[in-house]
Amino acid sequence: MSHPHDESDSNGVSRRHALECMIWAGTGLLWTVAGGVPKSMLLTEAKAATPTGFSFLQISDSHIGFDKAANPHALDTLKEAIDKINAMPAKPAFMIHTGDITHLSKDSEFDNAAQIIGSTKLQTFYVPGEHDMIDPDQGKAYLDRYGKNTKGSGWYSFDQNGVHFIGLVNVVNLKAGGLGLLGEEQLAWLADDLRNISKSTPIVVFAHIPLWTIYPQWGWGTDDGGRVLDMLKDYGSVTVLNGHIHQIVQKVEGNMTFHTARSVAFPQPEPGKAASPGPMVVPADKLRDMLGLTSVTYTVGKHDLAIIDTTLSGN
Amino acid sequence: MWKRLGIGRACACRIERSRRLFLVLGATQLLAATLLLAAARADDGASVTIDNFTFSPQTLTVAAGTTVVWKNNDDIPHLVVANDKSFRSKALDTDDSYSFTFTTPGTYNYFCGLHPHMTGTVVVK
Ligand SMILES: [Cu+2]
Repeated sequence: MSHPHDESDSNGVSRRHALECMIWAGTGLLWTVAGGVPKSMLLTEAKAATPTGFSFLQISDSHIGFDKAANPHALDTLKEAIDKINAMPAKPAFMIHTGDITHLSKDSEFDNAAQIIGSTKLQTFYVPGEHDMIDPDQGKAYLDRYGKNTKGSGWYSFDQNGVHFIGLVNVVNLKAGGLGLLGEEQLAWLADDLRNISKSTPIVVFAHIPLWTIYPQWGWGTDDGGRVLDMLKDYGSVTVLNGHIHQIVQKVEGNMTFHTARSVAFPQPEPGKAASPGPMVVPADKLRDMLGLTSVTYTVGKHDLAIIDTTLSGN
Repeated sequence: MWKRLGIGRACACRIERSRRLFLVLGATQLLAATLLLAAARADDGASVTIDNFTFSPQTLTVAAGTTVVWKNNDDIPHLVVANDKSFRSKALDTDDSYSFTFTTPGTYNYFCGLHPHMTGTVVVK
């Protein structure tokens, strides 16, 4: 694995990234904010050691309505993930869903997802995936449900226990040949939103498509995502949470942690390791193993990143 | 127009049907007949398949009046959108198709509204 981002600054000082790693694991991640630095731990670990401080959950890519070979029962695997959340001894403060709630933006799909997710009784903050905006009215189905108190195509921010959360939308008005897109209106809103946020405030940004470029050949990036990162570069703690690619990829770069969550519906191949990023078919008895548990850690210098492992199957 | 149709029984069948239509409905229905012909023409190969997040052929050249059919063979939906917004499909789930009739010569670039790195071109002569 190479480190393409290694570079030197103008003083000739090597600025190797503290950590760069890819982890292929996990279904639901529990994020705990302690001392302004969000840390992730898996749900199974959370059971053993109740986190001190404030925690929230991220789930992603439930694709309710998907019934193809890669997982004919996407509703069931969402239920299983939600069951794990409901079994947690310490309730998180809330949950975020980073998009592709549904597969085809159908009312019945949104209803089924809402019913299962609602069983957690956790307040859930959504951002849409591209699959949530393909009703005939191009987003009305999603925005009717989740667009209250949001701007534009559904972006918003909120504060919780001293952390500033920003939910962004990078799946609408996409341009030919491009990647995910936020657009000028949303970027202007973000600049304004950050005006009153002090640089010491921990920031959590979440959006469906990764805001940093993972694999543009498969559309895994956001054309103007770098402008968000520029706006946030002077903040002491920034965490960027995404979905879309159905596997965990993590990168820590200075004060910024980037992380994509697994899907609760079906796996997708590792970047470039298949003919396309389409749903990856694995043997049925391996599906829940695929929703977790293979992880790789890259250690640079003195810094280590603990490997995080879990699966829906528990294996 | 008639001569441009492909040969073969399936097409001959359609000619019979359109001819009947033509007689029954009269000259004001010229447009409808043209559409039928165009549909027959599409059977001759004016189709684009979507496999592995790729439009194939990536560039398709057709005669004016041709109806092009896109068919999605992937396990993920795609959505055909003209760069200039002159046509736009609904979301095409697995095995769904979308047709559009190109009446004016020109070069039509399009992309997938869900996966915009997927692009294609229809050249209408
Ligand atoms: Cu597509």
